[in-house]
Amino acid sequence: MIDRRPFVQKILKNRKDNLRVVSGIGTSTWDIMSAGDNKGNFGFIGAMGQSIPFALGLAKSQPDLRILLFTGDGDTLMSLGSMATVANHPVNNLTIIVLDNESYVETGSQPTATAGKSDLELIAKGSGISNSYTVTNENDYEKIMNTIYDEEGPSLIVVKCQAKATPLVFPHSFDGSVSINRFMSSIKS
Amino acid sequence: MGKIMTVIKKDWRNDIYAVFKNLNITMVSHVPDAGHTPLINLCEKDNEIDVVTLTTEQDGVGLSCGAYAGGRKSALLMQSSGVGNCINALALPNICRIPFLTIVSMRGEWGEFIPWQVPMGLGTPKVLEAMDIKVFRADYKDEVGSTVDAAARFAFNTKRSAAVLLSQKMIGAKQFKNG
Repeated sequence: MIDRRPFVQKILKNRKDNLRVVSGIGTSTWDIMSAGDNKGNFGFIGAMGQSIPFALGLAKSQPDLRILLFTGDGDTLMSLGSMATVANHPVNNLTIIVLDNESYVETGSQPTATAGKSDLELIAKGSGISNSYTVTNENDYEKIMNTIYDEEGPSLIVVKCQAKATPLVFPHSFDGSVSINRFMSSIKS
Repeated sequence: MGKIMTVIKKDWRNDIYAVFKNLNITMVSHVPDAGHTPLINLCEKDNEIDVVTLTTEQDGVGLSCGAYAGGRKSALLMQSSGVGNCINALALPNICRIPFLTIVSMRGEWGEFIPWQVPMGLGTPKVLEAMDIKVFRADYKDEVGSTVDAAARFAFNTKRSAAVLLSQKMIGAKQFKNG
């Protein structure tokens, strides 16, 4: 099991200029913000289930950038059909990292379906995202970095994480219009 | 010599397609509806338009917002039954002030055969307005183009959400036959 916060920070340390990062509702947004403020980040704080379609739309619009989505098992489970959409309208520049702690930690650590019989890697593969794999320890760090920057996507990586509450790290603004305009300025420049 | 008159039957979906081209809308997502099919076909034949088939209408909201963040304009096509699927997702364009355009073919309002279409048909304008979406409506074929154009300009110029409801009176209610 991986400790998600330092793991996300390690992935985002010394990030390349061509990377843009999106995060789904919940701990994922606090995770990416903990790696340092960056105009090239856009974090969801609501609209659960919409981070995968958003990342797909972004990847389709910016084929020369590498798009990395960090999201949780709860957000992913809410819109499983979006995996089929990603698979059937593929983009080669999208990596989805599901930080799977098998629980809704922010609401009191109720178990999600992945604590039970459901497996997001198999669901991703069954949806048609063939480059899908699960990581349970940090030895696969180099493989993950290669997927993010160099492999032909779309890719989905399930990162099995400890289910523990982590400190909230707020984004630059909670105002969505401020966040998105700041993020878009990182693309125009 | 009598002249042979050729009457070009112009479908109102061509008027929507013309708005897409004129305003540089280059991504069109949908959960299909028979009322939208000629428009979807026009978009699929166009190499400059990405057509994305969704599994649920709400994903078109996120897709559309992500596309805009990356610099592209898009539109979501759906049937009125799909509007209910989108409610919470509509918070995204609202809070981010991202322009969002959807074109909704109405069911359950004019000569409907299927009772199951009625609840969401009746609820569609109320639900959209409850989520602060500006609702436009086209009841006649000759006003479709100008209505979609107005809604699209409203959305993209003011960075708000707009929906065009295409009335079932105009589209025509399908009468189903058993067997």
